[in-house]
Amino acid sequence: MSGGHSSYTPSTGIEKWIDARLPLPRLVYDSFVAYPVPRNLNYAYAFGGILAIMLVSQILTGVVLAMHYAADTGLAFNSVEKIMRDVNSGWLLRYLHSNGASMFFLAVYVHIFRGLYYGSYKAPRELLWILGVIILLLMMATAFMGYVLPWGQMSFWGATVITGFFTAFPIIGDPIQQLLLGGFAVDNPTLNRFYSLHYLLPFMIAGVVVLHVWALHVSGQTNPTGIEVKSKTDTVAFTPYATVKDAFGLVLFLILFAYFVFYLPNFMGHPDNYIQADSLKTPAHIVPEWYFLPFYAMLRAITFNIGPINSKLGGVLTMFGSIAILFIVPWLDTSKVRSAVYRPWYKLFFWLFIANAIMLGWLGSRPAEGLYTLFSQFGTAYYFGFFIVIMPLLGLIETPRRLPNSITEAVLAKTKSGGQLAGVAAAPETRA
Amino acid sequence: MKKILLGLAAAGIGTMLAFGTANAAEEAHNPAEPTHFPIKEPAEVNWSFAGPFGHYDKQQLQRGLKIYKEVCSACHSMHLVAFRSLEELGYTEAQVKAFAAEYEVQDGPNAEGEMFTRKALPSDYFPSPFPNAQAAAAANNGAAPPDFSLIAKARAVERGFPRFVFDIATQYQEGGPDYIHALLTGFGETPPEGMQIPEGTHYNPYFISAKSLAMAPPLQDGQVTYDDGSPQTLSQYSQDISAFLMWAAEPHLEERKKTGFRVMVFLVLFAGLVYVAKRRIWADVEH
Repeated sequence: MSGGHSSYTPSTGIEKWIDARLPLPRLVYDSFVAYPVPRNLNYAYAFGGILAIMLVSQILTGVVLAMHYAADTGLAFNSVEKIMRDVNSGWLLRYLHSNGASMFFLAVYVHIFRGLYYGSYKAPRELLWILGVIILLLMMATAFMGYVLPWGQMSFWGATVITGFFTAFPIIGDPIQQLLLGGFAVDNPTLNRFYSLHYLLPFMIAGVVVLHVWALHVSGQTNPTGIEVKSKTDTVAFTPYATVKDAFGLVLFLILFAYFVFYLPNFMGHPDNYIQADSLKTPAHIVPEWYFLPFYAMLRAITFNIGPINSKLGGVLTMFGSIAILFIVPWLDTSKVRSAVYRPWYKLFFWLFIANAIMLGWLGSRPAEGLYTLFSQFGTAYYFGFFIVIMPLLGLIETPRRLPNSITEAVLAKTKSGGQLAGVAAAPETRA
Repeated sequence: MKKILLGLAAAGIGTMLAFGTANAAEEAHNPAEPTHFPIKEPAEVNWSFAGPFGHYDKQQLQRGLKIYKEVCSACHSMHLVAFRSLEELGYTEAQVKAFAAEYEVQDGPNAEGEMFTRKALPSDYFPSPFPNAQAAAAANNGAAPPDFSLIAKARAVERGFPRFVFDIATQYQEGGPDYIHALLTGFGETPPEGMQIPEGTHYNPYFISAKSLAMAPPLQDGQVTYDDGSPQTLSQYSQDISAFLMWAAEPHLEERKKTGFRVMVFLVLFAGLVYVAKRRIWADVEH
């Protein structure tokens, strides 16, 4: 669709009639059938489609769960148990929804890491990237509020801790917290507004996803080489090529999803959330869901005051900053080369970034004491250092490898020489 | 793809090393003044409901119900479990009706505006031994006995790295019943020298949140009479009640695993078909 000319030709009378009045079939055809995609996309590029399906799945299961859920502190916990025990297939819906949230985050993190690896955020795709970061923020808010709804111990205490962050801000902190809570502590008004917002935000996500896909279809997809599409031979039609490849990736992802739903449904949850919320009993360790753990580790890594900023505010700023910094990534990276494939040093630092993120996640689940804090501080330093120091500097000093002239050239070079060499993994893909 | 895998492996090894150092640093502590609980890890019991084809042993659940009724229910409520669901334990409708009728529940108000008690119906839930949490706490040394409806999912000893990673492959989800079994069989051990046990509590190295708990050892050999010839030992009792509590917490476990098997078979076959289609479609394109 880049360039904006349409290749849709209505053949039957009814198609012509509709096309003259509301060219929706034309839009769908141009966006999801004829739309050209680079021919060298690998399975890391399937996660955009997977995320779209996960959003739909979460909304569908969520809407049905909402029919049986009661947003009242006296009823919420038992209404969820009613779903688990008495609603037809209620256990399946709830496990799909709760594990679906985890899978959604797993997919979005792979999607983001793929973007960082192949430099997908670079011009002309800055807005595409920024819209993605907005979706991530909305997802986080949605997931956090959704976790409060079952009204278990972790729901309640997680909500208490997270809304408490806002009190770190001077002057505006307390009013913000009271606005979020609808009072001075987590209680019925909190549960009600979280329920309302938990129902609203996914539709806002869907709206931003439309913008995200629109922006994508204007600039076109990146690809593992990072070279822009130059000629028709560089691309294939979205349908059937990308459709079937994405479908295969999706089914593999669904196998993982189903494995957790049916065999390990409580693996990613916390046992304490099967205890009804009790404002008089604080759990031994309050831990957020796994997908927030790296950010939680960075929050708790700031144990010292920085000038007028006390450690609490410092921690909160660090945590919000860890997401906020993603907004300016397109301008932090100074390299002219897009893909890490041709950037040996960036590749190394990228994988260190992944290892660091996993380490921070684990540290977030540990108590904030002793060596754990020290490791968290190193991890936080690397997280920010990667964006603020490594990204801008590396672009200036790194010597990238020679880039191929086009996607087609890269593909043909790979299939010729790589047929035997890198071929082990690619073997099932080569022609028999 | 190979490079990505290699990268991931390298990242994994690096992280593991970091974890190992952090873990080792945490180890040193005084046995008389432990700071992390439980002091001892629960043993893994071989449960019939574990694994992809796991199913409840109905005989065992019936024995567990007997223990709950004769021993636990004196202090522990189970207010989310309805009598009607006992049919899943292999009882007939009439048996469930008779079982429920052994309990009295409050109902009302009647036409005169009075509350009254009546025999429980299958649609009723297990009545609680205490009218409210305060009464329960007052009668039990200040610690209200927890409700049993979800206890098998609400308790689990942390598995720690790297075991929680392997648990994905082994499908280990039995931390709750393992914990209950360990706790019930873990009384009677001598505390390490120098350890202070608060008055009115009982040392149990398997207790999840302290060195001792308010509950006295609830089960002894021979306490409950089995009519199916199973050994009347503490070990057997502990397994039976743990299995029963797992059922109470997750009554649809069998259905879930059965459905899961069908879903997995479908998805794997479907993935194969989509893969074949993908290869056919891409056969004429170098990529």
